[in-house]
Amino acid sequence: MAKRYVSIWFRQLKTDWFIIRQPQLSPIPFVLSAADHGRMLITNANTLAQAEGVNTGMLLADASAIIPSLQVLDDIPDLPAKLLNRLAAYCIRFTPFVAIDLPDGLILDASGCAHLWGGDQLYLAAINKRLTTRGYQVRSGMADSIGTAWAIARFGKASPIIEHGGNAVALLPLPAAALRLETETVERLTKLGLRNIKDFIAMPRSAMRRRFGASFIQRLNQALALEEEIIQPVQPIEPCQERLPCLEPIVSATGIEIALQRLLETICHRLQQEQKGLRTACFKAYCVDGSIEKIEIGTNRPSHNPIHLFKLFEHKITSITPGLGIELFILEALKLEDAVPQQENLWKRDAGLENIKLSELLDRLAGRFGADHIHRYLPDEHYWPERSVKLAVTLDEQSDSQWKIERPRPLQLLSKPEPIEVTAPIPDYPPMLFRYKEKLHKVVKADGPERIEQEWWLQQGQHRDYYCVEDEAGNRYWLFRSGHYAADKTYQWYMHGFFA
Amino acid sequence: MSYSQKSSYMHESKADIIARLQKQIMPLQGFKNMLHDAMPGIELGPMKNAFPHGLFPSGAIHEFFCAGPEEAAATSGFIAALLAALMQRSGVAIWIGSNRTIFPPALVSFGIAADKIIFIDLQNERDVLWAMEEALKCDGIAVVIGEMQELGFTASRRLQLAVEQSRVTGFIIRRNPHNLSTACVARWKISPLQSVSAADLPGVGFPCWNVELLKIRNGKPGNWHVAWAVDRFRYISAVSALMQPQQKKTG
Repeated sequence: MAKRYVSIWFRQLKTDWFIIRQPQLSPIPFVLSAADHGRMLITNANTLAQAEGVNTGMLLADASAIIPSLQVLDDIPDLPAKLLNRLAAYCIRFTPFVAIDLPDGLILDASGCAHLWGGDQLYLAAINKRLTTRGYQVRSGMADSIGTAWAIARFGKASPIIEHGGNAVALLPLPAAALRLETETVERLTKLGLRNIKDFIAMPRSAMRRRFGASFIQRLNQALALEEEIIQPVQPIEPCQERLPCLEPIVSATGIEIALQRLLETICHRLQQEQKGLRTACFKAYCVDGSIEKIEIGTNRPSHNPIHLFKLFEHKITSITPGLGIELFILEALKLEDAVPQQENLWKRDAGLENIKLSELLDRLAGRFGADHIHRYLPDEHYWPERSVKLAVTLDEQSDSQWKIERPRPLQLLSKPEPIEVTAPIPDYPPMLFRYKEKLHKVVKADGPERIEQEWWLQQGQHRDYYCVEDEAGNRYWLFRSGHYAADKTYQWYMHGFFA
Repeated sequence: MSYSQKSSYMHESKADIIARLQKQIMPLQGFKNMLHDAMPGIELGPMKNAFPHGLFPSGAIHEFFCAGPEEAAATSGFIAALLAALMQRSGVAIWIGSNRTIFPPALVSFGIAADKIIFIDLQNERDVLWAMEEALKCDGIAVVIGEMQELGFTASRRLQLAVEQSRVTGFIIRRNPHNLSTACVARWKISPLQSVSAADLPGVGFPCWNVELLKIRNGKPGNWHVAWAVDRFRYISAVSALMQPQQKKTG
């Protein structure tokens, strides 16, 4: 679908706002001023003042000399951003994708919206009318690219609507400043006699880049829709949302459950048709007293199974406090993924990790205890025992490396090695006796040593010499000595695991 | 019942009648699907005759008693040996515990794909029990292993009923248990024995265990000394015959 953008320019954003706030200001010339280096500068002048020759950037004293009756108001520094945000939120009625364009404009992504108003003309007229009724002086432009729409809104003399593909032609008569260039670049262009876009649009790009920099070319390309421009919408678009208003405020848990079930059914029906599944969802309850209660869930695999999703929400419902009652429920699917229905396995029992029932079980466990309680391990390329496994992030993640089975490893590994007292002949014979938890063990059989070096690029420290030993009773242990025997160094023996 | 059937019963010997009745009782006692679920590939060796029909009761709850960390290691080794066979069928096992020390790479030497075991580490035993019941209800999982100290009769009955529906095998490892009356189908106690190796070879040999089957429904409890050698259970006497250094497996 072809992209269409609308740029709205508020010519007198601040002064218009002051007039809306104080209607008595509308028939008189007034200015906004702020202190700058010990003098008062005019930051904005209304249309009447401008007609008398008072402009932004003048000293207040000079302006008062021109218009003795000039009304002076204090400027509010963050006003434009606040106002534009408010206006952008208002403009969501025209398109869901509205971005603010400081200092004095809005950008609307109108792709696929205009036909709802009966065409581009009527669409733009509706926008202008709404904003003018609110009291703002606006100019707007509509084109295939943000750059052209911006230029037309501010500098256009003919029609504000540029038809599809007419960008370049529409830009030709406009001044260089219409390309949203830095003032220095515009000045340099003017010095060279390149006042209008038509003067330089045909020049070789490499020469232009050398003289005016890459940002100049970028702006030109953006205006011509050769390069895409990213804008940040004020309200991120919710991928999927369902609402359920209630006639009577709801206070009981059963009522909430019914509402949730209904919302899940509608949303899941919709997702099934779109072949999507949700990964995270948020259930919000708007209470009568203005507070918002919300609960969130997440799934391992995209799901559009209402029964499963309800189970995930179910035990969290108790955390909602309805207070005086809930009047509106909203279910938002925050993250969606494609869920292509898998062909049912003929032999369901062979499904392994792909099994949907398994991922649903893990969702329930994660919902109740938290996802950090569920672990799956993959082999990692390290010999150091603690680092030889890594946690799998997803349920179907596979490792490139193989499990190493050439050396014996104990089934039970202590998370932290425990120090033991050992009698062992030097230099590197296995221990003869050791004392673990106040109990003396006499070693009968032993294997080792297996030396595992510290990985110096990860951690500094001493190597370990591991021994696999068996005591008189048949218990099998994994012991190690940390470091070499040496007169000046300390070494310590540790218990690290138990063999089967 | 037709007349001909009735007359045929009359000609049955007493032993036949008892066998037939036993067959009818079995499904009522939690062995519902066992006969259809003969486990492929599990080499029980010497222990086979203790079980009803000579088949290891999968799709049932087994509990394992153990005392210290050494016995716990032996128990987990024995379970790992069973797990290797059970996971051949549907692949995934879930291991639930509150302070787990199992080291996944060691499971690989028992022939288990360690990345197909999902560990769930929870705070307390109540959560473990809840998670275990949820997991046992979920068909498509081969085995659920739970580590908990105490298990009441009602709770164990619930677990047993869950597996009768889903045919998942449940293993419960209980360290120092107090309550002994549970509805589990089998109760085991595994303790380590001195490993075996051929006459003069130094070093630690194949893991050996004293396997006590304290309770088995419809079976004969027993006590065996077995070794886990070259991927199957063997009588200890049979082990030294096949001992060769390169086949050493410990874990």
